Amino acid sequence: MKLAKGLFKNPGFVVGFVLFVGTLLIAALGPVLSKYDETTRVGLPYLPPSSEHLLGTDHMGMDMVAMLIAGLQSSLYVGFLAGVVATVLGTLIGVYGGYKGGWLDDFLTAATNLFLVIPTLIVLILLSSSLEEGRSLTLIALLIGCTTWTWSARAVRAQSASLRARDHVSLARINGYGTLEIVLLHILPYLLSYIFMVFILQTATGILSEAGISLLGLGPYDSVSLGKILNDAKTNEALGDGAWWAFMPAMVLVTLIAFSLYIINTAMEGVFNPRLRK
Amino acid sequence: MLKHRPQLKHLLNRVAWYFATFLVAVTINFFLPRLGDANPVDVVMAKASSNLDSKAAREKEESYLKEFGLVQVDGSGNIVRDGAGKPLRASLLSQFASYLGMSLKGDLGTSMLQHPKRVSDIIGSALPWTLALQLPTIIFGWVIGNLLGALAAYKRGVFDRAFYPLALFASAVPAFCFGILLVYVFGIRLEWFPAVGGYDDGMIPTLSWQFIQSASYYYVLPFLSVFLVVVGGQAIGMRSMCIYELGTDYVKYAKLLGIKESKILLYMFRNAMLPQLTGLALALGAMVGGALITEMIFSYPGLGMAILTAIQTSDYPVITGCTLLITICVLIANFSVDVLIGFLDPRIRAAEARST
Repeated sequence: MKLAKGLFKNPGFVVGFVLFVGTLLIAALGPVLSKYDETTRVGLPYLPPSSEHLLGTDHMGMDMVAMLIAGLQSSLYVGFLAGVVATVLGTLIGVYGGYKGGWLDDFLTAATNLFLVIPTLIVLILLSSSLEEGRSLTLIALLIGCTTWTWSARAVRAQSASLRARDHVSLARINGYGTLEIVLLHILPYLLSYIFMVFILQTATGILSEAGISLLGLGPYDSVSLGKILNDAKTNEALGDGAWWAFMPAMVLVTLIAFSLYIINTAMEGVFNPRLRK
Repeated sequence: MLKHRPQLKHLLNRVAWYFATFLVAVTINFFLPRLGDANPVDVVMAKASSNLDSKAAREKEESYLKEFGLVQVDGSGNIVRDGAGKPLRASLLSQFASYLGMSLKGDLGTSMLQHPKRVSDIIGSALPWTLALQLPTIIFGWVIGNLLGALAAYKRGVFDRAFYPLALFASAVPAFCFGILLVYVFGIRLEWFPAVGGYDDGMIPTLSWQFIQSASYYYVLPFLSVFLVVVGGQAIGMRSMCIYELGTDYVKYAKLLGIKESKILLYMFRNAMLPQLTGLALALGAMVGGALITEMIFSYPGLGMAILTAIQTSDYPVITGCTLLITICVLIANFSVDVLIGFLDPRIRAAEARST
């Protein structure tokens, strides 16, 4: 509670929090407020903004506001799912390795370091380009989660290895607590704020990775995402035609999400790590 | 013998480790694109066989099958056939073996879509553009970002309060958003700079003055779009490193001793630089693959465009050739950092010596 209070005193955190909640609200309330949906044509291609279509239409004549809301929902969904997968994988591997040690830890650390140096975007490109069919939004999110967990595993491992030597953990061990109990009761609680920060960064990474591979033309076939809107605008000459409404709002949304998550993380680091606070 | 030479041991250890990583990367590079069931020969044949009769088409198909290593070949280079005269398919494992052998020799195969063209030729003509775009951008961005970051940490006050949010924003804006914005505002609306491409249409890349003039005109926007992001990111890193160093005991002690400010700054700077140097080396390694999306936005004729075209046309040999090259560059950079840090940082040297 005290930590939460400290966070809300930090201007960076407040700005990031408000921006992020704002994008969440748009995604949640959008379908209620928008008159159209993202699958029906409502007019000619690239109609400029008007009172009827606040942000005009895209290259197919769909209402841009409806497209953006759907795209925002998909991007947030990808981000959260990829973030959860990457954080859970990273935490499991990191906590286990850091606390237990032994040959399995050696193996996991080697695997982590190995996948840390193989560029993620490349693996994503190779995977997505071979999955021509069935490249669904969920699959893309899972792929991103399964390729970006490495640095969080490394970070969590370092943290839990330093906790291992703490007195309260040794005390629990002497008193005959099992590994699972020690990890759940005596290690994880100390890592929670840290894991939460990892989750925030992983979510941002997920959203940006999806936008990146969608921009390369390897996006999901089954939904609209912000990256796909940008890719469509780029491939259908929205820039040359001066149809700024077809790409500018999507860019603003991606930037807002990334920026807000990023400053939330930076502010949390400042609050949790007193050395940077001064 | 190694016991008494911890540095040599460190080096050998790293060499072995990175070689293993390289093998895994090559394996991934081979198997991932083959997860799908797209057969390169079918793609080429669809293009090549339209005006051939069935016998000629079959011969052509077999020559392609051989070229892409999909059929078994005997010692003298003839295709191994079964009883009915049909060529025997090579197993995935033997394909992998021949791929490994070829990659180690630096042979990346032939492009499927631009057929007789070698993948190494495609990469060779694209790579200089990527390097020309990335190398100066990263180095200038790194130098300027670090100077600004150190300045912000040292000065604090108004400068820092104005600079820090800006740098934060510059480093958090996805590079592709920045690129699209530059293309639209300065390329299409204001028409100050050409929006897409690397040089004027109709020009042939040569080292003539005219060509360089044209190319540098096209260079401005892609340069800016990467540069600002690099400056922002580096400045943030350097700023927090310097703030951290300012609070350490040795700086306080030096101040109490009355050592000159400029001398303290020099000590501090040296310590804060080590992680930043690591960052530079890693950025240089990621350079080849780092601008994929930027190049795509500006249709810049580098490696990013080559990969994009290859993805759009499912040209697997080109995709895997490029990804392999990118991975190797990243591995080399990581390797150099690991080895150099091992020699430079006394703490790591000590840890290595202990573990012997």
